[in-house]
Amino acid sequence: MNLRRDVYQAIADPTRRAILVLVASQSMTAGAIASNFDTARPTVSKHLQILTECELLEQEQKGREVYYHLNPERIKEVADFIEPFRKMWDDRFNKLETIMKEYQSKK
Amino acid sequence: MERKTEVNAENGKQELVITREFDLPLELLFKAYTEPGIIEQWMGTKVLKLENKKHGIYQFETSDAQGNVVFRANGVIPEFVPNQKITRTFEMENTPFSVQLEFLEFEKLTDSTSKLTMQSVFKSVELRDQLLKLPFAKGINMAHNRLQEIVGKLK
Repeated sequence: MNLRRDVYQAIADPTRRAILVLVASQSMTAGAIASNFDTARPTVSKHLQILTECELLEQEQKGREVYYHLNPERIKEVADFIEPFRKMWDDRFNKLETIMKEYQSKK
Repeated sequence: MERKTEVNAENGKQELVITREFDLPLELLFKAYTEPGIIEQWMGTKVLKLENKKHGIYQFETSDAQGNVVFRANGVIPEFVPNQKITRTFEMENTPFSVQLEFLEFEKLTDSTSKLTMQSVFKSVELRDQLLKLPFAKGINMAHNRLQEIVGKLK
């Protein structure tokens, strides 16, 4: 499974954007977040998982409960449009890696 | 979550740091930066000149599909230490961007993995921030061009 997810893909989904807006005001448990949506609980969990993988949300253990809160730095990064720049270099370096692996195997 | 390429651009600082770990031995990673034929493949630019030595110079040029030159960059290389570091200036010709100073550091992690740290220093914070937004602006442009193409076909 590819865990490297595109952050823009993550915020392209309306439910996920709604979750970010909801959590922006205060940290919340998965249950509390899910109660704001008509969507099935596992679907909300999936959205939370994606947002956490993209580091837009962070998990925090408080007693027996896990709270979700925004990762302001990551949000800011997206707002600053750094992500396309990072993606550009990531693509270049992926290419470099592929080319050099072929080069290595030819030797 | 694993993110192979990291870009660190601290607020208010006129530099940015790009780091990346590679599944490649150090020597191969370094080679990718010094062999013109290989640079051309992964950077997608033509290497007009590249002197891999202290006080050497280099020049890159990119053309579009029609053969028009769209981008030209050049610089000098104050420091060149094989498999360790390259320090170079980077200037995009015919742009409002001032010269940048790039420090490339190559590190061995294991026999088959390596790490690159690229620190770019800019003349001002504003110039750095503008450069960061370039790919974004380009993306919008490309989407716009594609839209024009599609609309053009409808006529």
